[in-house]
Amino acid sequence: MTRLASGGRIDRTRPLHFSFDGRAYTGYAGDTLASALLANGVHLVGRSFKYHRPRGIFSAGVEEPNALVEIDRGPGQREPNVRATVVPLVEGLVARSQNRWPSLRFDLAAAAGLASSVLGAGFYYKTFLGPGRDAWHKRWEPLIRRMAGLGRAPEAPDPERYANRYAHAEVLVVGAGPAGIAAALRAAESGARVVLCDEQAEFGGSLLAEPDAWPQLAADIARLRANPLVTLLPRTTAFSYGLQNFVALAQVIEAANGLRERLWQLRAGRVVLATGALERPIPFSGNDRPGVMLADAARQYVLRWGVLPGRNIAALVAHDTGYAAAFALQDAGAAVAAVLEMRATAPAALLTEAVRRGIRVLPNHGIAGTRGGHRITGLLAAPRNGDGAPDASRATPVACDLLLMAGGWTPSVHLFSQARGRLVWDSALDAFLPGKAREAVTCAGACAGEGLTPGLPVTLLAAGSARAPKAFIDPQNDVTTRDIALAVREGFRSIEHVKRYTTNGMATDQGKTSNMLGLAVVAGELGRSVPEVGLTTFRAPYTPTSFGAFAGRHRGLLFDPVRTAPLHDWAVGQGALFEPVGQWQRARAFPQAGEDMLAAVARECLAVRNAVGIFDASTLGKIEVTGPDAALFLERCYVNAWQKLGIGRCRYGLLLREDGFIYDDGVVGRIAADRFHLTTTTGGAARVLHMLEDYRQTEFPELQVWLTSTTEHWGVIALQGPRARDVLTPLVEGLDWADFPHMAVAECRVAGVPARLFRVSFSGELGFEVNVPASQGPAVWQALLRSGTPHGITPYGTETMHVLRAEKGFIIVGQETDGTVTPDDAGLTWLIGKAKTDFIGKRSLVRPEMLRPDRRQLVGLVPRDRSTLPDEGAQLIASAASRVAEGHVTSAYRSATVGHPIALGLLAAGRARLGETIFATNLSGPATPMEVVAPCFVDPKGERLRG
Amino acid sequence: MLLIHCPWCGDRAELEFRHCGEAHLVRPADPAALDDTQWAAYLAFRDNPRGWARERWRHVHGCGRFFNALRHTLTDRFAATYKPGEAWPEPPI
Repeated sequence: MTRLASGGRIDRTRPLHFSFDGRAYTGYAGDTLASALLANGVHLVGRSFKYHRPRGIFSAGVEEPNALVEIDRGPGQREPNVRATVVPLVEGLVARSQNRWPSLRFDLAAAAGLASSVLGAGFYYKTFLGPGRDAWHKRWEPLIRRMAGLGRAPEAPDPERYANRYAHAEVLVVGAGPAGIAAALRAAESGARVVLCDEQAEFGGSLLAEPDAWPQLAADIARLRANPLVTLLPRTTAFSYGLQNFVALAQVIEAANGLRERLWQLRAGRVVLATGALERPIPFSGNDRPGVMLADAARQYVLRWGVLPGRNIAALVAHDTGYAAAFALQDAGAAVAAVLEMRATAPAALLTEAVRRGIRVLPNHGIAGTRGGHRITGLLAAPRNGDGAPDASRATPVACDLLLMAGGWTPSVHLFSQARGRLVWDSALDAFLPGKAREAVTCAGACAGEGLTPGLPVTLLAAGSARAPKAFIDPQNDVTTRDIALAVREGFRSIEHVKRYTTNGMATDQGKTSNMLGLAVVAGELGRSVPEVGLTTFRAPYTPTSFGAFAGRHRGLLFDPVRTAPLHDWAVGQGALFEPVGQWQRARAFPQAGEDMLAAVARECLAVRNAVGIFDASTLGKIEVTGPDAALFLERCYVNAWQKLGIGRCRYGLLLREDGFIYDDGVVGRIAADRFHLTTTTGGAARVLHMLEDYRQTEFPELQVWLTSTTEHWGVIALQGPRARDVLTPLVEGLDWADFPHMAVAECRVAGVPARLFRVSFSGELGFEVNVPASQGPAVWQALLRSGTPHGITPYGTETMHVLRAEKGFIIVGQETDGTVTPDDAGLTWLIGKAKTDFIGKRSLVRPEMLRPDRRQLVGLVPRDRSTLPDEGAQLIASAASRVAEGHVTSAYRSATVGHPIALGLLAAGRARLGETIFATNLSGPATPMEVVAPCFVDPKGERLRG
Repeated sequence: MLLIHCPWCGDRAELEFRHCGEAHLVRPADPAALDDTQWAAYLAFRDNPRGWARERWRHVHGCGRFFNALRHTLTDRFAATYKPGEAWPEPPI
């Protein structure tokens, strides 16, 4: 056991049981998984991403690049890539190592040394290009897919809940170390509403490893807790800092009721960043073995968690704080084999203290290599040459079971930079510090450089390491100094390019310990300074944030709201097949027992053509256009003439964009002189209202007209077929049938319900659309079904509706049109009001490009063999061997009425090519010969709908 | 997420708004009088300033009104929002 008998902030009266890779261990309340593993002598916790090298616990905090484990709390709650250093230990915790096979202690990929020889910088890019391409698919990709990677994603749905909260604070303090606590106290005691958050479960930051400071810390936290202006958020990471002091916080809750995390979106009057600093590791050969640890992390394990992570330690020191760590471990009972001081001389006071303690200090030394498999067993201490590289020829072995690295400190400026604050290089401190801010933000404590002292400059820390083998900079992505140097030799100069080429700093730790070293190596290779090389961009999130926190309640049915029409439940009861149309769920067909969809659609189509069909058209967009200038407004917007449209009459309206292309269509009925009932496509309702509002508010503000969306106010039931009138007549009151021709609208009662009755047809048959208040839709539907039973009334779905309209050559906006189709292309020039001097898009229709005779025009298409159904989207080509598209198929269906497949398409100069043969490309065989015909297959004279 | 000041409703979250392109483009009173080049200029040519931009927004999930704004395209800072028909304010220096 390496647990100390006393000391630390753990509660030795509350043992907690946990397992790692199936073995049972015990820790204490207050432990992290990492401190508990170390207390049980477990240093080997994972295998590296590419090379499968054994890896141990590297740090004591969020910057951890190595100790990534899987935490398994049951199905759907298996979380990969969790940093063991930030997981509070709980009773029954189940943790596993990752990326190893067959076991953590014996990994075949590592044993074979498969990866290390081939997976250098730019490996992927190099194998993707040139002659390696085939090898990539056949050999490397399958191999790498098996070998590389981190944890396994869970396969079951996450049973826990995630919440979301919006909040405001006068002052948000990020980080509850000494600077953050002081800032929060001052702000709160001056009367400000304060939110104080910290990523750790316990507040205190660096003070948690300062036992002398604990009484004051407890008193300060008690003062904060007692202040009603203060909200304390432990286990809460400020991971994103956006404009206008908008900060996103991820709070881990893990409540018994299944609430796991909460995402806060908080806007603050002022943000205080007290995010501290991170210790720099040091690049040298073999610096990734388990047992090589940041010096201050080791000190924290001793003083905060009462764990002695090594009994015979060595330290590689480039900064004074390394001595404090070594002394703390010695005080806790460790032997100090040696302190390797990278600087020419150790500071006098520290040297004196080391001598007093009997510690051997070797000045101007580095490490030429380390030994050990699953844990470090020794190192080669070597004097540094003039270039900074350790001189292996003069190296002496030093045995140790723990090696501390004290490379100096990097202020955590991530959030400041995210908020577009300028970073400035402080050459005295050898660090980037917050400069000019864009937001109302104050940086306090170590993240502002306060209290930090300089050590060996980072360029000298990395000096001479670029030739050393296996000197890791980014242990999570297995990036070494040699990889960086190779990238520079291959011509990469921008640090952003070096980063992407080598993947340095691109792992889940986002380069918290690797970015500065990467910069230093590049600077060394290019002979430039660190600020000349520049920084890579800091991006959110600061630490990995769960998808659950982002998704919140927006899961399952709430992921994307589903809109249902008034007759949805009835259709569900009939076993209808549904299809999504925008956010709507619409009944696509009503198959009867033994029918597939094709059979159902054929039966439904014939029922409409021969008797009568009933269809839920409620999803049509509807806009009520009212006001004395309503007709004038429509006149200016739609291509049609509206002013002379009689009351009680309808017109098929066509709306263009200003560029002349079709935007939407729909029947518009005039209810009164100052009132129109306008319909839009189902998917176009919102955008049409937006566009019309735009013109109403900004171009024609002088017009007295109002637009109101009524889409969901009306239930719309379409009755189509030669018997439609017979079904309707017994139910209608207050209608003058004698004055109700095709394209008429009247207000009357249907089945006792106030209705707007339209006589319109999207099938080519005699047709009506009954608009009733949505809540009355089901009752009227039932009444119509009863009335229609003797006439063979048949419910039909959207697929049948599509076939029926295609048989008539009626377009669907978005299917026949794609934003490049003019009224003339679609054969709809007849809709344009001849006398109109202007409407939206009119001027564009006479641009030269719009008048070209070879524009693609709507045509009908019939397969020459009368049996092959072309693909929708198939290209139309002049001969089976042609590679030149002259158009494409927009719609294609099997038509029970016509007796063979039919299609609509857009074909260059199509209207002049009737009778020609054109070929539709076919993904699975030779192109299909198609006859070009007029785009109408049923009742071309339109006699049926006037019947 | 930006806070945007709707001239009618006050400060609201960016989610409630929709960006609607360049502001102060007036639809020609008689488009037929324009030649193709002039019409194309109205139809398709837009400024893409690096700096202060005059643009239209709509409080689409609020009052539904269109308004104009002066926004900096590098910093996303709004210098002003104002109602249609009002003169645009001078950009801050």
